Amino acid sequence: MTGPILEIRNLTVQLPKGADRKFAVENVSLTVNPGEIVCVVGESGSGKSVSSHAVMGLLPKGQLTVAGGEILLEGENVLKASANRLRDLRGTRMSMIFQEPMTALNPVVTCGEQIDEVLRIHTDLPATERKEKVIAVMESVRLPDPIKMYDAYPHQLSGGQRQRIMIAQALVLDPALLIADEPTTALDVTTQAQILKLVAEMQERRGTGVLFITHDFGVVAEIAHRVVVMQKGHVVETGTATEVLTNPQHPYTKMLINAVPTLTPPQREDRTGEVALETVKLCKVYGGGGFFQKKREVRAAADVEIRVRRGETLGIVGESGSGKSTVARCIARLIEPTSGGIVVGNMDIAKLPERQLRPHRKHCQIVFQDPYRSLNPRRSVGASIIEGPMNFGMSEADAVAKARDLMKLVGLSPDALDRYPHQFSGGQRQRICIARALAMEPEILIADEAVSALDVSVQAQVLDLLDDVRKKFDLAVLFITHDLRVAAQICDRIAVMQNGVVVEHGRTAEVFANPQHAYTRSLFEAAPGRNFQFARVA
Amino acid sequence: MTAPASSSPVAETAVPLPAKPTVWRKLLRSPNVVVGVAIVLVMVCIGLIAPLIATSDPTAINPGARNRVPMATSTMRMDDGTRATVTHYMGTDTLGRDVFSRVVYGARVSIFIGISVAILSVSIGLVIGMAAGYFRWLDSIIMRIMDGLMAIPAILLAIAVVSLSRAGLASVIIAIVVPEVPRVVRLVRSVVLSVREEPYVEAAVTAGTPTLKLIIRHILPNTVAPLIVQGTFICASAILVEAILSFLGIGIPPDVPTWGNIMAEGRQLFRIFPHNILYPGIFLALTVLAVNMLGDGLRDTLDPKMEKRG
Repeated sequence: MTGPILEIRNLTVQLPKGADRKFAVENVSLTVNPGEIVCVVGESGSGKSVSSHAVMGLLPKGQLTVAGGEILLEGENVLKASANRLRDLRGTRMSMIFQEPMTALNPVVTCGEQIDEVLRIHTDLPATERKEKVIAVMESVRLPDPIKMYDAYPHQLSGGQRQRIMIAQALVLDPALLIADEPTTALDVTTQAQILKLVAEMQERRGTGVLFITHDFGVVAEIAHRVVVMQKGHVVETGTATEVLTNPQHPYTKMLINAVPTLTPPQREDRTGEVALETVKLCKVYGGGGFFQKKREVRAAADVEIRVRRGETLGIVGESGSGKSTVARCIARLIEPTSGGIVVGNMDIAKLPERQLRPHRKHCQIVFQDPYRSLNPRRSVGASIIEGPMNFGMSEADAVAKARDLMKLVGLSPDALDRYPHQFSGGQRQRICIARALAMEPEILIADEAVSALDVSVQAQVLDLLDDVRKKFDLAVLFITHDLRVAAQICDRIAVMQNGVVVEHGRTAEVFANPQHAYTRSLFEAAPGRNFQFARVA
Repeated sequence: MTAPASSSPVAETAVPLPAKPTVWRKLLRSPNVVVGVAIVLVMVCIGLIAPLIATSDPTAINPGARNRVPMATSTMRMDDGTRATVTHYMGTDTLGRDVFSRVVYGARVSIFIGISVAILSVSIGLVIGMAAGYFRWLDSIIMRIMDGLMAIPAILLAIAVVSLSRAGLASVIIAIVVPEVPRVVRLVRSVVLSVREEPYVEAAVTAGTPTLKLIIRHILPNTVAPLIVQGTFICASAILVEAILSFLGIGIPPDVPTWGNIMAEGRQLFRIFPHNILYPGIFLALTVLAVNMLGDGLRDTLDPKMEKRG
């Protein structure tokens, strides 16, 4: 086979009537050659997932319809293939892995059987041979102890292992094309690094063509041979990875690449403001058990000691399950710490009952990760912003006037106050959440993964905004993130957490230049695209 | 940080998203809802104008016209002494009472019981469920009591409650409400448990919103749609349970015409005169079917989990 594995020619997919634009993708053309990894990059709504789903014939019926173009898989137009033929092609000639391996695997069937199912459907092999084949493919994706894992259920595996099962399932029949739709987005950075390595290795060994969809330029730098940049349903730039990353031509590509934060933190002065927040041996044990259950305990945070000064940004960095959010939620007193102290001003608020806590709620405000769930969808954004000040006795007129000022401050039109959250984009909502937090005139602002759900260009703007308000109101900012690039840019000091313990703590520049703890080093090594110098073009 | 090319302050105004079809529009498009509402409305109208369409007093005993078949006629002496000929569209029962008039009046009782039981059990269940979902320490206590109630078959529980007091409309309503409450409590509790973890609720907590305000403003609205759906199903089952209780002779006193009472009285001569059971049975079945269809339609439109994809 010498021609391309996949050739998409002038693909146009129509959106249903009443959508914000007419086509989900318009005149999209791209090719994947044998043994090549093509990354499709773009922000949310760029049409990258729609194109890949069209290849698999997975577009939701009745909502998205192909209006023109062809998709040639090894020369065969899959758009014209019958449902039966398409079923044959999936699994044997092309296969797909998804973002969330927990929901893509059937929770009540063992992992081995799920891989076996592919063989059962597409081949006539006897059971023993099939099992051998499954074990072999599980070995090749480097799953530990495949024989035992054959009988494991998906919930018994870690996220990375599940994604390996997905990849094994996709590759068991040696398809010519593997479509990976954001396969590492839901994974921790160290796991992501392993999976990326695995995809590259599989592609090399088997000569599979890979269509890799991602929003992360770090991942692109790590894995791509060629890059396709999409914006609002159009392909704006294609080229080899080095070309696009070091010498982008299209302004949109330039903007995207410029928005990727660097891993080299700028030198910062030490902040010397008064200490706004201090935790003393803060512990949180999740335990449970009711009448009939056995007690099970999880130490989510153990002896955490952090200190944040006014005007300073402290980053808490760690992977999922490291306890960083638990610490934030304890400080905001959304949950009660098991032991230890939280000193805000001159008060220990760790054990205050709710009634006495209320006056202290003002001092500490929090911005959450998911902009779509952090505003009450049934209330106008104005009502959400003025709720806090009015709880503390401000009159409605004053609160509204304040909300208008804050909307201006966060870069939104004050007239948008009586609109509802669904009328705003993710970045706009996050600005509203920041305005809502500022309305309380807090001294401490907690940003719990506040930019993680945002596209990279929007992310940069929200980070700038956070830094602006920190300066303006002399805030102590506790910035919780899993993203080292973001932490490098915004934090004065960082604390690295693992399994509920702060393993390393220091000035950002020092920690990045000379990480002491083994875990910190492994985090840095896993950061995608760390060796890559992205083009900085104006 | 190097300034991104387009980091110009984004004084964007919100772009109104394309209008979604309103809930009312969606409901009107559902055949289940339309048919269900139509039949229920007809039944409600029948109940309301019962005195106008009934051919005679539903409690008037006429020994001369016992066990007449449908469409038979008989002469009745009116209060002013004149005689009138009455057509019994659905025949008469063993005491000579006009079944059509009794069925028409029976609609009043059935629909009143259905609606009042639905409203009562939803409101009681809402309060208890909110408390169980929001206050952790109350949760296991309340839920164990509810589990206990759920462990007794609803109809037995109702019989027990009725037998504790005198038979009458109020005690029947209470008897049906008690076994329905735990179902509502469970539903409300599960909604509260998932909503209280939503970031916007936590944001309201950090904004110092007092607990009661927090519940009413941020949590309660989320329970409205599932409760409307649950309410219709409770309404349908209440109508049925009332008929069963009356049929067993422990519900509404037998002199009050209800569908269950009419059927209970027609039971003995059922083989010879099936009309005594047939007509109230048809009305009962139609009403329950209509309310259930309405409930199904409401659930399909209001519950996002049921929404069909593609």
